[in-house]
Amino acid sequence: MQRYSGFGLFKHSFSHHENWQRMWRNPTPKPVYDVVIVGGGGHGLATAYYLAKEFGVKNVAVVEKGWLGGGNTARNTTIVRSNYLWDESAQLYEHAMKLWEGLSQDINYNVMFSQRGVYNLCHTLQDMRDAERRVSANRLNGVDGELLDAKQVEAEIPYLDCSKNTRYPVMGSTVQRRGGVARHDAVAWGYARAADALGVDLIQNTEVIGFRKQNGAVIGVETNKGFIGAKRVGVVTAGNSGHMAGLAGFRLPLESHPLQALVSEPIKPIIDSVIMSNAVHGYISQSDKGDLVIGAGIDGYNGYGQRGSYHTIEHTLQAIVEMFPVLSRVRMNRQWGGIVDTSPDACPIISKTPVDNLFFNCGWGTGGFKATPGSGHVFAASLAKGEMHPLAKPFSIDRFHTGALIDEHGAAAVAH
Amino acid sequence: MLHIFCPYCGELRSEEEFHAKGQAHIARPLDPDACSDAEWGEYMFFRDNPRGIHHELWVHAAGCRKYFNVTRHTVTYEILETYKVGEKPSVTAAGAPDKQVVAEGVTA
Amino acid sequence: MSQVNRLAKGGRIDRSQALSFTFNGQTYQGFAGDSLAAALLANGVDIVGRSFKYSRPRGIVAAGAEEPNAVLQIGSSEAAQIPNVRATQQALYSGLVANSTNGWPSVNTDLMGILGKVGGGMMPPGFYYKTFMYPQNLWMTYEKYIRKAAGLGRSPTEVDPDIYDQLNQHCDVLIVGAGPAGLAAALAAGRSGARVILADEQEEFGGSLLDTRETLDGKPATDWVAQAIAELQAMPEVTLLPRATVNGYHDHNFLTIHQRLTDHLGETAPMGQARQRMHRVRAKRVVLASGAHERPLVYANNDVPGNMLAGAVSTYVRRYGVAPGQELVLSTNNDYAYRVVLDWLDAGRKVVAVADARSNPRGAWVEEARARGVRILTGSAVIEARGSKRVTGARICAIDAKAHKVTSPGEVLDCDLIVSSGGYSPVVHLASHLGGRPEWREDILGFVPGPGNGIQQRIDAGAVNGVFALGDVLANGFEAGAKAAAEAGYKAVSGSLPQVEALHEEPMLALFQVPHDKSTARAPKQFVDLQNDVTAAGIELATREGFESVEHVKRYTALGFGTDQGKLGNINGLAIAARSMGISIVQMGTTMFRPNYTPVTFGAVAGRHCGELFDAKRYTAMQAWHVKNGAEFEDVGQWKRPWYFPKNGEDLHAAVARECLAVRSSVGILDASTLGKIDIQGPDAREFLNRVYTNAWTKLDVGKARYGLMCKEDGMVFDDGVTACLGDNHFLMTTTTGGAARVLEWLEIYHQTEWPELKVYFTSVTDHWATMTLSGPNSRKLLAKVTDIDLDKDAFPFMSWKEGLVGGVPARVFRISFTGELSYEVNVQADYALGVWEQIIEAGKEFDLTPYGTETMHVLRAEKGFIIVGQDTDASVTPDDLNMGWCVGRTKPFSWIGKRGMNRADCLREDRKQLVGLKPVDPNQVLPEGAQLVFDPKQSIPMQMVGHVTSSYMSAAMGYSFAMAVVKGGLKRMGERVFAPLADGSVIEAEICSSVFYDPKGDRQNV
Repeated sequence: MQRYSGFGLFKHSFSHHENWQRMWRNPTPKPVYDVVIVGGGGHGLATAYYLAKEFGVKNVAVVEKGWLGGGNTARNTTIVRSNYLWDESAQLYEHAMKLWEGLSQDINYNVMFSQRGVYNLCHTLQDMRDAERRVSANRLNGVDGELLDAKQVEAEIPYLDCSKNTRYPVMGSTVQRRGGVARHDAVAWGYARAADALGVDLIQNTEVIGFRKQNGAVIGVETNKGFIGAKRVGVVTAGNSGHMAGLAGFRLPLESHPLQALVSEPIKPIIDSVIMSNAVHGYISQSDKGDLVIGAGIDGYNGYGQRGSYHTIEHTLQAIVEMFPVLSRVRMNRQWGGIVDTSPDACPIISKTPVDNLFFNCGWGTGGFKATPGSGHVFAASLAKGEMHPLAKPFSIDRFHTGALIDEHGAAAVAH
Repeated sequence: MLHIFCPYCGELRSEEEFHAKGQAHIARPLDPDACSDAEWGEYMFFRDNPRGIHHELWVHAAGCRKYFNVTRHTVTYEILETYKVGEKPSVTAAGAPDKQVVAEGVTA
Repeated sequence: MSQVNRLAKGGRIDRSQALSFTFNGQTYQGFAGDSLAAALLANGVDIVGRSFKYSRPRGIVAAGAEEPNAVLQIGSSEAAQIPNVRATQQALYSGLVANSTNGWPSVNTDLMGILGKVGGGMMPPGFYYKTFMYPQNLWMTYEKYIRKAAGLGRSPTEVDPDIYDQLNQHCDVLIVGAGPAGLAAALAAGRSGARVILADEQEEFGGSLLDTRETLDGKPATDWVAQAIAELQAMPEVTLLPRATVNGYHDHNFLTIHQRLTDHLGETAPMGQARQRMHRVRAKRVVLASGAHERPLVYANNDVPGNMLAGAVSTYVRRYGVAPGQELVLSTNNDYAYRVVLDWLDAGRKVVAVADARSNPRGAWVEEARARGVRILTGSAVIEARGSKRVTGARICAIDAKAHKVTSPGEVLDCDLIVSSGGYSPVVHLASHLGGRPEWREDILGFVPGPGNGIQQRIDAGAVNGVFALGDVLANGFEAGAKAAAEAGYKAVSGSLPQVEALHEEPMLALFQVPHDKSTARAPKQFVDLQNDVTAAGIELATREGFESVEHVKRYTALGFGTDQGKLGNINGLAIAARSMGISIVQMGTTMFRPNYTPVTFGAVAGRHCGELFDAKRYTAMQAWHVKNGAEFEDVGQWKRPWYFPKNGEDLHAAVARECLAVRSSVGILDASTLGKIDIQGPDAREFLNRVYTNAWTKLDVGKARYGLMCKEDGMVFDDGVTACLGDNHFLMTTTTGGAARVLEWLEIYHQTEWPELKVYFTSVTDHWATMTLSGPNSRKLLAKVTDIDLDKDAFPFMSWKEGLVGGVPARVFRISFTGELSYEVNVQADYALGVWEQIIEAGKEFDLTPYGTETMHVLRAEKGFIIVGQDTDASVTPDDLNMGWCVGRTKPFSWIGKRGMNRADCLREDRKQLVGLKPVDPNQVLPEGAQLVFDPKQSIPMQMVGHVTSSYMSAAMGYSFAMAVVKGGLKRMGERVFAPLADGSVIEAEICSSVFYDPKGDRQNV
């Protein structure tokens, strides 16, 4: 792999950047792989990378129906945090957080992970109780978190309306200072490049249209370009997981919903951190380019159209203007939607399936991006050994039968 | 924003008046106590989630407050029919000409 | 210096109305009718900004929505600041204050530009992914400097003084664009009687007709425009919306129109007037007549001020009477662009030469130019602009477009204006908002909208449809309008269209990036996306590095991600990527456009729904009294509930202690009106209650009330409340304040979808009845003063209700208790409630009746161990977890909701978290609500957490602190200790005990 550095850039500028190498090959699929990963988004590419790097499994292919990182990786609001309520999820997301904190160096690709701090505002007494509960749990789990009162919030977040004039006045906030944002596309590209360098075949524009099974075990994937054999298959297809499960012959406790986001025109920095409000129903950060990046809750219906309904956008901007009245004259540039696979307890499914050697990693709902490195790492470990990684075990499909759910609805940025 | 025909009101109304309530035709088992944990879990949580024609339950929350069914394409969002609770859909994924062409036109 | 570029005559401006404005601190003059861009050009302003990445000087390029450079900050006061206003779309008004958004110390001498020149070579696309990685801890520092360069304009830092409104509209035909196609469509649809909305983003209707050389019926095209508008204005069903951009095309033919009502008059609207309005339109049919944007050619240094679109210069000359330069060179691949040559000559200016990429152009305007002595270099193109802050010359060479080669050394011609035209891109944006893919048409070298496929009920007309000749455009528009009206159910009315003299035009030649004698990587920068500083070399680099999908190219280079969303650059970028990979544009594909077509003010989307109107506020009938008596309020759902009633400067704790003691020792009054109330009637009402509540209802007699728990199918508690039997077939259910709507919907869904055979009806009566709770040992004495109901303890026992008069008003009085004291809940019709409340207050004086709020209610109920759903529970708590097994009818015949769920394996675990009481070892320490609990405080992090505090208070009555908590296996751990390690490092130790602290036998409520 051609190493990236500031010096490299300087050197290449003399040759007018004509000699940069490809970031990844365009390989012809081999007949059979040790592991085939379906889905070339951030999670799938991270899985492939860690398989090759940490677990010595290099005969790996990632099969992607479109372009690498083209699903939710390319469409999310890039928030990274690990301040989840329950032990199981806090540990999983904190595992991801620790990987984020060295990722650029690990994959030699600047994913611009920026620990600007993530605030979750409280507007009611119950919000404050929940915040105390969450921060307290985080602290005892080794996840950083602080609870701020209204005065501290006012001091830390400029332009946030902390007056009593708002419909739901701000009473306080939690803050995770290690939380922040990262550059979403770079995560996919960085993992792709690093995985490719370790020998992983990244096969784009190839859609999986079925799973070939023998004696109850998967032996490969049927694609629109032919069969690809595999000893194990990991499916990481986010919004399309339900569809993939259907192809494999079973159902999942998932519903795919549109999740919308929008950006403003680029403006000079005014929002320094990530500010989320569950009660008022919106969240906002500002990218390094100057765009305000804004999101909210999912649309209520199932949808694979990568778009949602306009009134959801209206409510979102009402929330933003309610929180930051000074932004009223700023203008929305683009809006779009992703397809999020929501689970009943707002936690992912990282699990074996009724089909042997077929593993699914899905159900991340609205919170997948922040988990990317951790999700990839534990899924890679599970695929390599054929047994679920300890951090993944609580996230088995079985929990929807036994009742051992990990109900994170209260911990999600926006309830849904 | 969807435009939904409420079969009770007999009018096309804007989505803001309605709430989607998930997959339609999920009947509560008649003898819950006879269900295994797995069967009860399937009833509560597992859904079809198709990419294509889907039968959904909606409620005219800010209207007549009636629940009704909608056959809708989950990629094009086209509503193919709405019908009352207790009625059967006339458009199904198996029966209707598949909207695959349209669907492919809009997935990216 | 005054308006050096203003022509002596011409233009649709009002020269009698001079307007002065300032740009970058300097005052200029323009005329009414000018756009800000026109006024700047008239005054000879070349540089309007510095580019985003390289800080290169930039000037105005276009005349409309596609302008990438002239993105300015507007506003004379802080609150009125508007960032990123496109000068080409801003009407000039007197006193307008505009500033460039980048450049230090000024746009003319920008020090960052030096950095851009020196460092630019190190800033290919994606350079930041390749650097700033080491050492790891420095990224936040690097980023701080990167962020300094972020953004174009700036947000105001004061609150917006303006208001915005919304209008819901339904129409038969919405016509997007009021150019020739749109006007013709509007006439056709309007004449049929259809309800029509015609919206156009510009200051006035007419589109290309406002500056065309062509004539209609031998008269200036603007005559016909005026006539068409007059006819449309006379039609009652036609709504004309100028300054209104159809910015989003949503599902089921729902479109949003962003109308600027006052932006052309000033930066803030007059008092009481909305600045902008969002029309939310449901249209039966849409006629898309959005026209086309001219594409520039991509050549070296094509960003130097003085490089403009050919058509834009025609617009400035003909519409605004502004000639932005003296000596013009045109580089083109098509005939239509020659109009700029003729317009320029008509303006009395000099045309230096035309470089036409075609070998032998012979179209009508080409010949006219030739006849007027213009030098036309065929098979040639401008390959490079000369100059730094303003064009000083153009290098024109012979080229082989197909082979992408320069074939002659060429010559450098002196000029101060280079205009180019590479063809016309239909404005397909709205057609792809729902995912429809545009389709490439080789004959017009552009994408046209894909079919609506039933997802969009849309008819395309005019240039967007690939129809360009004016006569055809009018006919196409008229036909589309008639068709749309017919499809909406109207009978088409025919009408004649003006005559247009057909213009002989020859085919254009495919040319996007002009070849240079150096390779793309080594030639001077050839800009594709001016706003984002994306160059042809950058796009080639992206493909070289493996970014082969069009989306990858866009994302890696930032092509099309600016506020202009690539209106000028996208097709050129696509063509360059395709060429560099040796594939066709069709193979390359295109990207989808998302809303918005042009940016939309947040405030306009939000409308009036902020502040007071952000969410409905619900008040009880006694609100006025609460306010008068100094209540502090708590938000509970949408309700404003009195939280506590401080007296004489009391804080929360002092007030609550006083209120608590008053209830325990004498009597208090609580406004409990917000509890959800559902009236349930029907012969099967009782059976229904049996199915939705965990406990049994079969034997509840008329006149009695009972507490009930409600679970979801998973066995987790989701609401609770007391339900009273009003009659054999009639019950009144109460719910939690926040859960009322949820519960009603819950009852309805089960009734309508699962058990429609049950005869039962549900009606929300929350707002109909007001509830006042009298609680405390003196409550009976007090109530007796204002009621005719027999309050004798045997006649009116605990958990029963009576009807009678209270304060002279018919009332239902429930003898139930949430405090553990003797209590009566008085329900009266809400209209009478305030009067009754005031009578009770008056009557209560002798008992020192104390109004109390939700906080006191919380403390008192916690002393009794009564739960609050949502505080002491989350969605993972079963009745057994709450030690409320007594409230579960395990033998009820029907398998009620929640029964099966709470018998799943995980719900039967012994070590589940269970609700218990906690008594801090130090009776003065109050555990924080939410604090996590551990058995061993000495363990290292991560600690094994065993539960958390759900409710915690200081009890004034008992004189010590206490709490409710969920603790793993807690019910079997009575007397054991738990610890709450707090954020400040301290640890609170507490003993696990029963959650019923006060009057455990319940004597007080039964007296």
